[in-house]
Amino acid sequence: MTEVTGTTGTAIRARQDPRAFAVRAGLVRGLIEVRQSLTNASDLTWFFFVPITFTVVLVFMRGSTVPGTDFALGAMVLPSMVGMSIAYGGLIGASSTLAVEREDGTLLRAKATPHGMLGYLVGKIVNYSLTTLFTLVILVIPAWTVRDELQVDAQSWLILAGIFVLGMIATIPMGTALGSLLTSSTQTGLLLLGSVLLIAPSGIFYPITALPTWMQWVGQAFPFYWLGLGARSALLPDAMAAVEIGGSWRTAEMVAVLGVWAIAGLVLAPVLLRRMARRESGSSVAERRDKWLTRFA
Amino acid sequence: MMHSPTRPPADEVLDVRDLWMRYGTKDVLTGVSFTARRGEVVALLGPNGAGKTTTIEILEGFRTRSAGDVSVLGSDPATGGEAWRARIGVVLQSWRDHVRWRVRELLAYLGRFYAAYSTPDHPRPWDVDELLAVVGLTDHAHQKIKSLSGGQRRRLDVAIGIVGRPELVFLDEPTAGFDPHARREFHELIHRLADFEESTILLTTHDLAEAERVADRILVLADGMIIADGSADELARQMATPAEVHWTQGGQRHVHVATTGDATGFVRELLAGDGESVSQLQVKGATLEDTYMTLVERIESRRPIDEGDQLTRRAQEVRS
Repeated sequence: MTEVTGTTGTAIRARQDPRAFAVRAGLVRGLIEVRQSLTNASDLTWFFFVPITFTVVLVFMRGSTVPGTDFALGAMVLPSMVGMSIAYGGLIGASSTLAVEREDGTLLRAKATPHGMLGYLVGKIVNYSLTTLFTLVILVIPAWTVRDELQVDAQSWLILAGIFVLGMIATIPMGTALGSLLTSSTQTGLLLLGSVLLIAPSGIFYPITALPTWMQWVGQAFPFYWLGLGARSALLPDAMAAVEIGGSWRTAEMVAVLGVWAIAGLVLAPVLLRRMARRESGSSVAERRDKWLTRFA
Repeated sequence: MMHSPTRPPADEVLDVRDLWMRYGTKDVLTGVSFTARRGEVVALLGPNGAGKTTTIEILEGFRTRSAGDVSVLGSDPATGGEAWRARIGVVLQSWRDHVRWRVRELLAYLGRFYAAYSTPDHPRPWDVDELLAVVGLTDHAHQKIKSLSGGQRRRLDVAIGIVGRPELVFLDEPTAGFDPHARREFHELIHRLADFEESTILLTTHDLAEAERVADRILVLADGMIIADGSADELARQMATPAEVHWTQGGQRHVHVATTGDATGFVRELLAGDGESVSQLQVKGATLEDTYMTLVERIESRRPIDEGDQLTRRAQEVRS
C-alpha cells in the first residue's frame, strides 16, 4: 500500500483492502471464463462427450450385476462416474490449463498485476467448480438409464453437495501444484495418461474388492476412489456397502483422505506456483513462443 | 564503484548503480548505472544481446540481479510488494493469452486490481472507454482478442500496461511490427503519457529514428555497460560524429567529412574561396544512427583484442 498517513489516509486503507479487490476480480474472471467455455463449441463437445460415453458404457452393462449380488452393475458404476468426474474436473482441469496459460503468457500478465496471481487462482477455482458442476448435471443423461436402481432422497443431495465441495478443495489446489511442476504444455498429456491409468485401481467400472490387494492400496491413495465411494454412499441402497472394502461406506476415512489431499494441496500449491511464477518474465514467454513457432509453423 | 553519498532527489524514479548480472560464468551486465526523473522518456539502445531486456526485467522485478543497487520508485524491485507493483506498468508482448476474451472485458477485469490503490490525487484505474479511445481501439472494444490484427494487439498490450495509470512504464520493443501510421500514433501516446500523466517511460528499441523522436534521453548499452547517456544532440556532440558537407563546384559533386562534428569552419573557408562557383550546398549533421554506429563500433572493435584506440581510428578512417 502507498504510504498514506493521517486519519483520512488510514480510512482509505481500511476501506480498500487490495486482496478483497483481487478476490472480487477473480470471481469476475471465473464467471467470464465459464461463459466462454459454455459458448465454445470444442469445450461443449468435450463436456457432452464424457456423459455420452458413460451412457454408452451403461447401456452395454445392461444385464450385468455386481458380483455376488443381483444389483445392476450399471447402477453401481454411475455414482462412481460422478465421483470420477469431480476428481477429473479439479485435478486435470487445474493442472492442464496452468501449463498452457504459463506458456502463452497469461500467468505473466497476472504476475505483472498487483495481487494478480490471487485473482487468477480465485478465477480458476470458480471456473473449475462451475464447469465441473455443469458436467455433473449432464450426468443426468446416463443416470436416466439406471434411474430405477438408484436411491435418491434429500440425504443423497446433501452428501453429493458435500463430496462436490470436499472434492473440489481436495483436487483443485493439488492440480495447481502438479501443473506448476510441468515445464511445458506438451507434458499435460502425461498427466492425463497417468490419471486414465488410475481409473483401473479406483473401482470406477468394477468393485474395488474384486481387484488384487496391491491395486486396492494404489486406488485408495487417490481421490478418484474416495469420491466414487462417497457418491455411491449417496446414491445406492445401504445394502450395497457390503461389496465395499470393510463392508462399509467408510465416510470418516473418505473425509480424512480427501482432507489430507486438500491440506497437502493448499500447502504445496502456493509454494510451487510462486516458484514457477518467479521464473516468468517477458523473455521466457518469448523464448517459448519462438520454440513453439519453430516446432509447429 | 564509488557511490555518491547524497540521497536521490524526490522526483528520481529510477536509480541504478553498478548493476551486475551474471548467468553462469557469463557476465551480461558489468556495472550499469543510470537514473531517470519523473516524466522523462528514456530510450535504451544497444545491439542484440547487449543486455537491454535483462536490464528491464531486473527493474520490473522479474529477474534477480547478481549485484548492484537498484531503486525503482523508491523500492528495490527484488522486494517490491504489490503496492509497488500497482504503480508500475509493464507492456508485455502478447502471444496467445486471453484470446477468448473481448478487448473491453479484459481491460475492465485488469483495471479492477488497481482500484484498491486509487487515491484522490491519483485515481486508478484508467476509465476503460477513455483508455480504449487513447489507444485507438474503441471500434474493437467488443471484439475477441484472437480476431485483432498484430498492430491492434500491440495497442492492446500498451493499454493493458497502462490501465493502472502507472507512474513508471516499461516497454520492451513496443513498436516491433507497427506500420508507420501505427508507429506515429504510438509516439503521440508516449508523449501524452509523459506530458499529461507525468509517467516516466523506459523503452527499448532498435529503431533509432524512433528513439530520437520520442526520447528525452538516450542510453546506449553495449558490452554490459552504459557507454553513452544523453539527448540525441548531446551524444552527437560528445562523440564528435562527423558532419558531412556536400556541394557542387565546376559541375562536380564534392563531399567533405568534418570529423570534429562542426562543419561551420570548413563552410566559411569554402565560401570565402571561390564562393561564387559553389552551388547546392548542403550540411548534413550527424544522425543518431551515425553516432550510434560509431559508438558501437568503437566498443565492439575493442572487445576481441585490446588495441582499442588504433582500431577505433581505423574504423573512423574507413568511414571517412
